[in-house]
Amino acid sequence: MGEYTLDYLEQLEAESIYIFREVAAQFEKPALLFSGGKDSITLVQLAKKAFAPGKIPFPLVHIDTGHNFPEALAYRDALAKEVGAELIVRKVEDTIKQKHLTEPKGKFASRNWLQIHTLLDTIEEFKFDACIGGARRDEEKARAKERIFSVRDEFGQWEPKLQRPELWNIYNGRVHKGENVRVFPISNWTELDVWSYIKKEGVRLPSIYFAHDREVIEHQGQLIAVSDYITIDETDVISTKKVRYRTVGDMTCTAAVESNAATLDEVVNEIMATRISERGETRIDDRVTEAAMEDRKKGGYF
Amino acid sequence: MDILRFITAGSVDDGKSTLIGRLLYDSKSILVDQLEALEKQSKNKNADGIDLALLTDGLRAEREQGITIDVAYRYFSTTKRKFIIADAPGHVQYTRNMITGASNSSLIIILIDARAGVIEQTRRHSIIASLLKMPHVVVAINKMDLAGFSEQRFNEIKADYEKVAAQLNIKNVTYVPISALLGDNIVERSANMPWYTGQPLLEFLESVEVASDINHKDPRFQVQYVIRPQTAELHDYRGYAGQIISGVYKKGDKIKILPAAIESTITKIEVGGKEVQEAFAPQAAVLHIADDIDISRGDTFARIDNLPKVASEIEVVLCWLDNKPLIQGNKYFLQHKGRLVKTIVREVAYKLDVNTLERIPAEDGVKLNEVVHATIKTAAPLVYDDFTALSDYGNAILVDETSNSTVAAVLLN
Repeated sequence: MGEYTLDYLEQLEAESIYIFREVAAQFEKPALLFSGGKDSITLVQLAKKAFAPGKIPFPLVHIDTGHNFPEALAYRDALAKEVGAELIVRKVEDTIKQKHLTEPKGKFASRNWLQIHTLLDTIEEFKFDACIGGARRDEEKARAKERIFSVRDEFGQWEPKLQRPELWNIYNGRVHKGENVRVFPISNWTELDVWSYIKKEGVRLPSIYFAHDREVIEHQGQLIAVSDYITIDETDVISTKKVRYRTVGDMTCTAAVESNAATLDEVVNEIMATRISERGETRIDDRVTEAAMEDRKKGGYF
Repeated sequence: MDILRFITAGSVDDGKSTLIGRLLYDSKSILVDQLEALEKQSKNKNADGIDLALLTDGLRAEREQGITIDVAYRYFSTTKRKFIIADAPGHVQYTRNMITGASNSSLIIILIDARAGVIEQTRRHSIIASLLKMPHVVVAINKMDLAGFSEQRFNEIKADYEKVAAQLNIKNVTYVPISALLGDNIVERSANMPWYTGQPLLEFLESVEVASDINHKDPRFQVQYVIRPQTAELHDYRGYAGQIISGVYKKGDKIKILPAAIESTITKIEVGGKEVQEAFAPQAAVLHIADDIDISRGDTFARIDNLPKVASEIEVVLCWLDNKPLIQGNKYFLQHKGRLVKTIVREVAYKLDVNTLERIPAEDGVKLNEVVHATIKTAAPLVYDDFTALSDYGNAILVDETSNSTVAAVLLN
């Protein structure tokens, strides 16, 4: 390595900071979609660096399904306070009541589809023209084909055929009134890159990412936390296991993995050794159909 | 550990999907649940029980409609490097897809079917690689198993390609005989081709020197965003945020702010919120200057002894990417990094035949996938470099001001 070289994490960081600054410069009302998961926590860390010593020049927006891990919510509030960013929370529960939406039924009834309604209403309410999200292209094949600046129509829909070619590092954020752009600054990061970066930067994470005792049921090989949001049948066996979360979504659609990893080093070592993909191991919602993510993106999902 | 971004060029029949699948599979980037899903779908199984090409299978929308959506990005890592593959599929819109993928890559793998040899497509891929000044070219001669692993056949194709490369002034070409299907010369040296003494493909990709592709000689910086916290404790803070596009900036450097042509001095440099003595490409930095000058997004900071071009009448190569044709005399936005200026495409001199390099008259208009030489006039002077001399500051896009679409890749001259 010569004098003027960057390692891969520094290169990824520089690219992501560049994207953040493009968003701040090109849009009137951007927002950062914050879920409390490690990817959006990484976004906040990058945004802090992009605008230092100033504050992050846009709000953090959380679409609250009401099915969150309490640890993730506490972390969210503390982080927003720490970085001095405005936190906007909109609840799926309220949208369900106002719009008389039908709650999905079933054992692990997920509000994943319903949050699209709340998200689009929030975009409309605040007139957001760019929403920054933590999606990565390595996660899933629909995401592998999405641009870094992804234009959505007024229904929030992704039209894979009409994506703009993205050349060099030039990002065209021009949109018509009513349209908006979803921006993915960590598109080129893999799961391991995110963990390695969190470790390198010493970023604090919600406690559920580390091994802890939790009551779970086993369903089709996946461990689901016992909570008020899932239906527990007589045949289910509740047991206490030492688990951690590899990804954090709703309690209804995120599975835990058995683990003793209590520190970031131990977690990173486990991720490096794992032979199962992040979504395959932990997301119940992608298992429904092979094209589940593609369908949700077209419907306005992140 | 650093990053290598590369693009694979070849038609479906050349085994491009199989090669990408092979690299992902052999680098153990495919995880158990993904393999299980593949095994279920595989009809065309190989010795490992899976169809490698399925690893790069597209979206349902593509399968249903028989279309391909420009570029997909794939990721894998070894202990030496992180790799980002721009996978540009498709036949119909190939030029558009390949230009998009190539613009984000520093190496191209051109696949040649050992039975077919150098064909028209090989020539077209090479012309685009040459046009975009790709620093590294690998010619992977695939399906050697179907050509009897013949050294003679490999040498014939190599000799043919050397003529193409010489004609296009492509340097740095590496030739590897492979079988993507069977894994010969991908990770391990092939026992079937003991006559080949070079590196297997993955070993080459792991070791090819790319750090020196970045220009650290000519300092170019464009203001992306002005940081002005305006809080009590940071009342006078005014930092110019942007990426170091090329070169190195040091505290104390005398600079010229362009296009206004005002001189000043760099007083402070920050990277990631920390003060540093110098910043280099491709770091994202914040620069401070000595004088209180009206500076906004899109302005260039260059060192006074190393200045870029400043012009408003510019000869360009345009790669047309939109279904709507280029209309001579139409106005577009030109976006050069973060700078947006109104532009007229004045005169289209000629089209370049991407199969033969011949110049053809552009009388019948310019359509999708066509490459033309033209003259543009910008509403305000553009600060840029010649693409062939400093490609990172010599590229731009055209945006249709009515549809907002990105309609052309622009190489500035």
